Amino acid sequence: MPQSYIMPGFKPALGFTLLYLTLIVLIPLSALLLKSLQLSPDQYWALLTNKRVLASFQVSFGASLLAAAVAAALGFCIAWTLVRYPFPGKKLFDALIDLPFALPTAVAGIVLATLYEPKGWIGSWLLQAFGIHVAYKPLGIVVALIFIGLPFVVRTVEPVLQEFDSAMEEAAASLGAGRLQTFLKVIFPNVLPSAITGFALAFARGVGEYGSVIFIAGNMPYVSEIVPLLIITKLEQYDYAGATAIGLTMLLLSFLLLLLVNSLQWWVRRRGGQL
Amino acid sequence: MTAHHPLKPLLLALALFAGSGSAGADRTLLNVSYDPTRELYQAFNKEFIQHWKSKTGEDIEVQQSHGGGGKQTRAVIDGLEADVVTLALSYDIDQISAKAGLLPKDWQNRLPNHSVPYTSTIVFLVRKGNPKQIKDWDDLAKDGVSVITPNPKTSGGARYNYLAAWAFAEKRYGGKEAAKDFVKKLFKNVPVLDSGARGSTTTFIQRGIGDVLITWENEAFLALKEYGAAEFEPVVPPLSIKAETPVAIVDKIVDKNGTRDLAEAYLNYLYTPIGQKLVAKHFYRPALPEHAEAADLARFAKLELITVDGQFGGWVKAQAEHFDDGGSFDQIYTP
Repeated sequence: MPQSYIMPGFKPALGFTLLYLTLIVLIPLSALLLKSLQLSPDQYWALLTNKRVLASFQVSFGASLLAAAVAAALGFCIAWTLVRYPFPGKKLFDALIDLPFALPTAVAGIVLATLYEPKGWIGSWLLQAFGIHVAYKPLGIVVALIFIGLPFVVRTVEPVLQEFDSAMEEAAASLGAGRLQTFLKVIFPNVLPSAITGFALAFARGVGEYGSVIFIAGNMPYVSEIVPLLIITKLEQYDYAGATAIGLTMLLLSFLLLLLVNSLQWWVRRRGGQL
Repeated sequence: MTAHHPLKPLLLALALFAGSGSAGADRTLLNVSYDPTRELYQAFNKEFIQHWKSKTGEDIEVQQSHGGGGKQTRAVIDGLEADVVTLALSYDIDQISAKAGLLPKDWQNRLPNHSVPYTSTIVFLVRKGNPKQIKDWDDLAKDGVSVITPNPKTSGGARYNYLAAWAFAEKRYGGKEAAKDFVKKLFKNVPVLDSGARGSTTTFIQRGIGDVLITWENEAFLALKEYGAAEFEPVVPPLSIKAETPVAIVDKIVDKNGTRDLAEAYLNYLYTPIGQKLVAKHFYRPALPEHAEAADLARFAKLELITVDGQFGGWVKAQAEHFDDGGSFDQIYTP
């Protein structure tokens, strides 16, 4: 592979990468593994099959998947709008997209809870007009996670759309494709891999999100209790081994899901290339 | 340089700000406490710093750290260098002794009144006019009443709330099973479980959720002072629990920091007439009421108070039976 020698200082760069991975990722994760090994396999199994723990896994992963899916669809629309149409205040709007990255998550959580609670501006309207209860219900978690996940999708889809060669669209049009057909058969397959990346990032962030969720979730066991809260609860009871065991399980599940998403992306990209 | 430099006030403020930091002070003391004591210690620290200066001539700084009691305890166990801890339950300080060995097991015998300079109790705060007519604990378990309380697994105050409701039901209906049923019904009425006492107060007062807030007596008084009696009113049930909030010197830290004399003087100052007066002024029941102002004492309602030691056999037993995994609190949530 002569290409890898193009970058000068390959050896120090690789050395730094390995050092970084060891210090920041591998050592803490092995510590997590070691701490959770304090539990016997039976204890570990009993902990994981505890109904309350299972329910919280369901809440965390379910809400994150749903929120990431919604964020992927909405984020695609926003990226499309930002890339394709000029409108007044576009630069400002573009900058606002990143706000959830910078905002402390607790602030986001408090603001969202205030807006969506039954007496809040949006919440009271949703409740009266549609009977939809958002804050302090599982739906509140989804809303918070969409807010957190949206920028991930926009920022991964945007550059792909920007670099998208409009000659391909023109070619499709000149070959007689309608607008919908052009979108479905030409644009969508090209953007899909980046949308999946955005989805995966939003999902991964959602699973671990704590600050913005606990304010709007209501935190009721079996209903709206997320895994990170359960980990904190275990810590407050000085159950360090239990907390790390749940954390480790979450890590494994997230890793498997991300692997799945990545292979899906790889499959889509390969298939897209053959088109 | 003219006398009226436009930035002068700002520079002066900055200099003062810097001076109030550790640069100007000879020594600092860190007091790690739980949520609702913020206002009390802000006032107390000011008094103590002055007292220490006039007595020894030394400039000191007292830093305070507040948060949910469980979280604060864990921070100290995990290495937050608290010179003194002023926490919500003796169980928390016992854990600092047991898990980190930072102070001896018999810490509670080292200061007057079992190291409890002030106590509090658990009362209700309802909306003005008390529309749901809430007068006693059994009103909280009725259908259609929405109750706000923090999560007993993460909040010391919430553990007092839970035990107070339990003690009421054991007395009224007799037996542990009846008490568990009652508490289960009560928690069915809770729409939001915040992780700390301050969070619950915010949910009830600022978000307008719930008909009644179960809270520390001092927190209820503080809410009335901040938001006015026009919106809320306190309800004192005939029976509640005595909340004993202990204080302790963290031996290993003060020896390391060279602050033992300061920490001892600080905690003992809580028991002086000035300390006790301040405590009562900030809505805590003083251990030595003879030192407090009569007007402050008059605010505290007379009610029957059970204790954790008397009713539940101490914190270790109460924690294991009610709040550890699989305990009564987990059982009431089993579907």
